[in-house]
Amino acid sequence: MDSAAGIGLEHYLTVGAILFVTGIFGIFLNRKNIIIILMSIELMLLAVNINFVAFSAHLGDLAGQIFTLFVLTVAAAEAAIGLAILVCFFRNRGSIAVEDVNMMKG
Amino acid sequence: MTVATIAFYLFACSAIAAGLLTVLARNPVHSVLWLILAFFSCSGLFVLVGAEFVAMLLAIVYVGAVAVLFLFVVMMLDVDFAELRAGFSDYLPVGVLIGLVLLIQLGLVAGSWVFADAAPQLRTAVAPIPADVENTRALGRLIYTDYVLLFQLAGMVLLVAMIGAIVLTLRHKPGVKRQSVIDQMHRERHEAVELKDIKPGQGI
Repeated sequence: MDSAAGIGLEHYLTVGAILFVTGIFGIFLNRKNIIIILMSIELMLLAVNINFVAFSAHLGDLAGQIFTLFVLTVAAAEAAIGLAILVCFFRNRGSIAVEDVNMMKG
Repeated sequence: MTVATIAFYLFACSAIAAGLLTVLARNPVHSVLWLILAFFSCSGLFVLVGAEFVAMLLAIVYVGAVAVLFLFVVMMLDVDFAELRAGFSDYLPVGVLIGLVLLIQLGLVAGSWVFADAAPQLRTAVAPIPADVENTRALGRLIYTDYVLLFQLAGMVLLVAMIGAIVLTLRHKPGVKRQSVIDQMHRERHEAVELKDIKPGQGI
């Protein structure tokens, strides 16, 4: 897989799993703060990217790294749109608390 | 222990610690800064595994664009963040419980899972990593040939996101004086200048 003796696929998968769980933990912990929730989602996407790249290197297949590029694209687009909606919402309501998001009575 | 092993553990530990501090930090500005550290550490991990292009992309796109966007928004919004953290300790046990359960599940899956002996040989790589070409060049060759449609589609996604973000945040303030080029060009002499015949000895 790589030059580092003793560092295999499992090590990278472990890091990815821990980061992913950290992201979910963050969503539960900061239930009121949309900004931190968005950051947690970024962390989860990062964990997914780690898995993609680790498998790509392990299997000798570049397709995983290419898919990482697309995940990165979507993550960047998601962050931009999410923050734009957040700014828009803050302008209208003066708050970013999740429980205030009930203007559409959904 | 080789240098690469030490570097892996260093980057892995700093990534995990930075991730945890991102969700635990009191101040959202600190959260964003920890997030940046997490991105940099993962970028280091990618370099270790031989994916230099993705690593640089992570540093440029995530740290240079996304994280700075977060930082801007956090600093721009005038929000009482202490109030938003009010239920923090209530949610802590539930969050820890769910996180632990998920981690144990992932551990059980990953711990008992191995490649079958013949599986790696049976599987033919979709895009095998060439031995003689460096990572960036190999990726470029693939992206601009086999994956060019997906690449264009990714560009479209970014374009739509850009336009969407602009449309969402653009607002026209009433009462601001703006230049109207069309109106200026369509001005005629007779509506712009008026000749007044003033009698001698009188003011206007």
